[in-house]
Amino acid sequence: MKRGFPILAIVTAVLLSFALYEALIGAPTERSMGDVQRIFYYHVPSAWTAFLLFFVNFGASIAYLVKRRPAADIVALTSAEVGVVFLTVNLVTGPIWARPVWGIWWTWDWRLTSTLVMWLIYVSYLLLRRFSSGGQAPLLAAALGVLGALCVPFVYFSIWFFRTQHPSPVIGGGGSLDPRMAHVLLINWAAFLCLAWLVCWTRYQLEVAKRQVEEAQSLESLLEGSR
Amino acid sequence: MSFLAVVRATLAKDLRLEWRSKDAINAMLFFSLLVVVIFSFAFEPTAEESRKIAGGLVWVAFLFAAIVVLNQTWARELRNHVLDAYRMSPASANSLFLAKAFGNFIFVIVLEALMTPLFIAFYRLGAIGPAWELLPIATLGTWALVVNGTFFAAISLRTRSREVMLPLLLFPISVPALLGMVNATTAVLTGEESARFWITLLVAYDVVFTIACLLLFETILEAE
Repeated sequence: MKRGFPILAIVTAVLLSFALYEALIGAPTERSMGDVQRIFYYHVPSAWTAFLLFFVNFGASIAYLVKRRPAADIVALTSAEVGVVFLTVNLVTGPIWARPVWGIWWTWDWRLTSTLVMWLIYVSYLLLRRFSSGGQAPLLAAALGVLGALCVPFVYFSIWFFRTQHPSPVIGGGGSLDPRMAHVLLINWAAFLCLAWLVCWTRYQLEVAKRQVEEAQSLESLLEGSR
Repeated sequence: MSFLAVVRATLAKDLRLEWRSKDAINAMLFFSLLVVVIFSFAFEPTAEESRKIAGGLVWVAFLFAAIVVLNQTWARELRNHVLDAYRMSPASANSLFLAKAFGNFIFVIVLEALMTPLFIAFYRLGAIGPAWELLPIATLGTWALVVNGTFFAAISLRTRSREVMLPLLLFPISVPALLGMVNATTAVLTGEESARFWITLLVAYDVVFTIACLLLFETILEAE
């Protein structure tokens, strides 16, 4: 396990720099949008990575509710935190792209709205983790993780119906992707997945260490109290 | 005691408590009255304009007012360690949860029944679509708020600054339900489209979240 970490770190660094080169120079320039379109290679993979991490959070929450293993709880916490970071990247890069292309920072299109609501759900999950302490905190968080994940399909479906009824001025829909662009996109996604894995791994180890320290401290104060 | 007997006893106790004190209902009524008045400054309340906005306005008022009653659901049981007594008792956790959810449901429905005439009078509301559809919409929508609200109130009870926590947890997850209630109500009021889809969505939401809450509640109650 220990030896895997530097290998993963090197692979991530190489992939990320290669993906950066491909996204900025390798990929063909989009005809109508120009270079602004290149943000796409960061915007889309970060969303996919975040969705994957939230799915991991759902799985880990269920695993914790069933087996009550601390490892599952740490995986749930880590995946939610890193997922929120990646989704934030997605939500920030979106408006940066939208401003020159659509002429507006934000529109209440179904995709934007549902992604934002999903972000809100997982931020509330992190808030709960921040505000609860003690042995019951993981259980409460796991319950919220399950309910939040159950809510996501409802969010997408309801907002999709809501917004397709009232057509918005900007719907990317349709159109096909140049195979070279798709290629760059997939390289970027691979790089992002490695990065997410790396960050999750580090965060996992950090959380384990933090809990060990807390345990040692409470044990120490117990011993001191009994002396 | 059977499952239903526990539900009935707990529900009767909560209703009696509320009947004698009338704390929650008074606070909720005054709160939504304030919302009605304040919203009238936000836009020109002509009949035409109101009809388009009222769906959102009414439900936002009820949502915020419901937080008042939801917050006190479990907080009331902390005094004299009643909640610990529940945990020790052989009664099933779900009977307690259902009793609390039904209790909150009744409070919010009463609030809605009392506030609706006021909304109609202040905003000159009238339904162009089939008005009877508002009944299932109100029932399903209120249940969606209350079932999740009762559950999250039990969660936020265990956190620091618990009263702040409840809306933070409840609102994001309630977005699909709120969208359903608001759009269904607007559809009925304006009569421009059918509310059928949104009612179906509310039914699905209610079923999924009621089952999920019932499955998870015992874990939450016993969490130590």
